[in-house]
Amino acid sequence: MASDGLLNGLKLYGSWASPYTHRVQLALKLKGLEFEYIEEDLTNKSTSLLLHNPIYKKVPVLLHGDHSIVESVIILQYIDETWTDNSLLPSDPYERALVRFWCYFIDDKLGTTLGTVFKSAGEEQKKAVSEVHENLKLVEGELQEGVFKGRRFFGGEKIGLLDIVLGCGSYWLSVFEKVADVKLIDSEMFPLFCSWLKDFEEQPEVKEIIPAIDKLLEYAHGVRQLMLSLSSTAGDPTTTTTTITGDDQGSKD
Amino acid sequence: MAREKGVVLLDFWVSPFGQRVRIALAEKGVDYEYKEQDLINKSEHLLKSNPVYKKIPVLLRDGKPISESLIIVQYIDEVWSNKAPLLPAEPLARANARFWADFIDKKVYECGTRLWKLVGEEQEAAKKEFIEIFKLLQGELGDRKFFGGETFGFLDLALVPFVAWFYAYETFAKFSMDEECPKIVAWAKRCMERESVSKTLSDPNKVYEFVLFLKKKFGVEY
Repeated sequence: MASDGLLNGLKLYGSWASPYTHRVQLALKLKGLEFEYIEEDLTNKSTSLLLHNPIYKKVPVLLHGDHSIVESVIILQYIDETWTDNSLLPSDPYERALVRFWCYFIDDKLGTTLGTVFKSAGEEQKKAVSEVHENLKLVEGELQEGVFKGRRFFGGEKIGLLDIVLGCGSYWLSVFEKVADVKLIDSEMFPLFCSWLKDFEEQPEVKEIIPAIDKLLEYAHGVRQLMLSLSSTAGDPTTTTTTITGDDQGSKD
Repeated sequence: MAREKGVVLLDFWVSPFGQRVRIALAEKGVDYEYKEQDLINKSEHLLKSNPVYKKIPVLLRDGKPISESLIIVQYIDEVWSNKAPLLPAEPLARANARFWADFIDKKVYECGTRLWKLVGEEQEAAKKEFIEIFKLLQGELGDRKFFGGETFGFLDLALVPFVAWFYAYETFAKFSMDEECPKIVAWAKRCMERESVSKTLSDPNKVYEFVLFLKKKFGVEY
């Protein structure tokens, strides 16, 4: 049942190419929650964004009334705990722990190595590509033998938290393949992952959120050219690159 | 293969991440078997229980493993929900606790490590950063008894194990947490009044000796 975003006082600060923003948009859509969306120019961040996320200064930021919630996986759990219909997390504590673990892995390992593939060239890129493969093998293994074995989605018959976190961002795999000229994924290497991803991307709510592939390709092309031209100078990644490479979650010890 | 029944914790004595789990189990009054791990020659049991990261702590319940300390603590909170709630009840307070615990995870240990691994200007920079991190945490604490308010909770236990490392950090990087962040030091004293904390945290002198051992191992001047 749709809820009036203005009544709920929901505002989302995001960026159109940010998979972390897509996660929150998808969760809100799945919960039938309307919200006001504010597109941020990450090269020129608004005072509102800096006010509501002073520590990390990043998107997405969810405003619920006067309160701001940041970090996409924390936002998703907040949404799930506040609007409890159509649960995104399973009810069993052990399964919840596994979902949280794999969400952590996706941002800590998979997202980071994918970002390195995108940012680098030559030997460094080759190493990053094989790390992405190792990480996808682990996900494939979970689908083959883990708690999620035999399911359509990680959440069961319907999309859950882990589907959202892994799915929003996996489209970069095929984008990076074209832009960085590498082989990241095919259905022979990762059959269960590929069929899950195809199913996920065909869900109507997902289709409404993920940007068109040619738009993503054009955007990624531009950013990669910029990064490669800057790569000789050891500097911080540009603001636009963090959108893709996803330092939304940072890295833990 | 028969699964080992009951609760088992694979851990390393001085690990602040492992200590979070031990404090949570103590708060809940859960019986468990503690298994000290050799982190240089990792056991089959550890490698099988955490094949992705091969790290401690790992909690096993009836043979089923869970990794990552804050995820383990949330699991403990949800399973043994009848006693000593760790996360607050209200979604916004929960999001806030998770945010700050995640902040601690991203920042404290890594910056602390630089305090003893580096020297000269780099160490100075790490010291500035470390103090800034704790000033932010001090700001979040405000004038409250605990991060959880009146009661000790998730965020308190996420941070408190690092208090045992203050003496080592202060000694090697030459500063005083009492001078820089007095409210944090006062909060730490209140936490230590709880048996779950005082019986779990390492003796700061032992942590200092451990860091000295690491410095020698990594060839850092001492």
